[in-house]
Amino acid sequence: MPLKLHAEKNRVTACLMGEIDHHGAGSLREEIDEMLKRVRPDILVLDFRDVTFMDSSGIGLVMGRYRLIREWDGAVEIHNPPPSIKKVMRLAGLDRIASIHSSPPKSGTNQEKMEARV
Amino acid sequence: MKVLNEMKLSFPSRSANEAFARTALSAFAAALDPTIEELADMKTAVSEAVTNAIVHGYREGIGTIYIHAKILEKNRIVVRIRDTGCGIENVKQAMEPLYTTGPAGERSGLGFAVMEAFMDKVTVRSRVGRGTSVTLEKTIQSKGAE
Repeated sequence: MPLKLHAEKNRVTACLMGEIDHHGAGSLREEIDEMLKRVRPDILVLDFRDVTFMDSSGIGLVMGRYRLIREWDGAVEIHNPPPSIKKVMRLAGLDRIASIHSSPPKSGTNQEKMEARV
Repeated sequence: MKVLNEMKLSFPSRSANEAFARTALSAFAAALDPTIEELADMKTAVSEAVTNAIVHGYREGIGTIYIHAKILEKNRIVVRIRDTGCGIENVKQAMEPLYTTGPAGERSGLGFAVMEAFMDKVTVRSRVGRGTSVTLEKTIQSKGAE
């Protein structure tokens, strides 16, 4: 399961990619937790922009990280969940433990890259 | 109801096969011309059932997971996911949202809630020591609208 992690100031951002299921959740959890414990940020941003599939294992992933960051009063933000993933999140009531943010696609999307190549 | 098409799969309960199972099901269901949302619903529900078989049914080791999917008349799809693992003592309790026997904080306990929300009908049969079968049913709307 590919993952991009970066820390800046009091914020850790994890850009999740591809399919999140029980098979891939374990390594995601370990990588994110390792960074969280080291940096102890105020905010963990989980960016779902490039996630193509998620089942309830992804809910467990968010809930577990929420539980960890609460140890030092941090918060979790969920960014850019695609509609099918938002549906699973809504069902689980994730908006009660994390704020969910949707924003317009950033520059450099696949579409624009393709056009740039042409 | 008349069966228009069907397929059977069996594979070992390795977690890498979660993606295989939902992808195979989505290829089979493509004949029904589902919307993107309907397809995502089915894939998610199948992923939940297969994960349950791996994490709970065969918690002691690797066993075989069987999938039998049928396309019936009136755009109905029926998918049965079966294991011959440890079985569930109390099915009603297992299906309650947030109930989980998995590791604290990492399994959400929402597997059955997701299946029930995303499919029209979910039937669970289980016997301790014999195994569990989960039957998922859904009517695909897109073609019905023609």
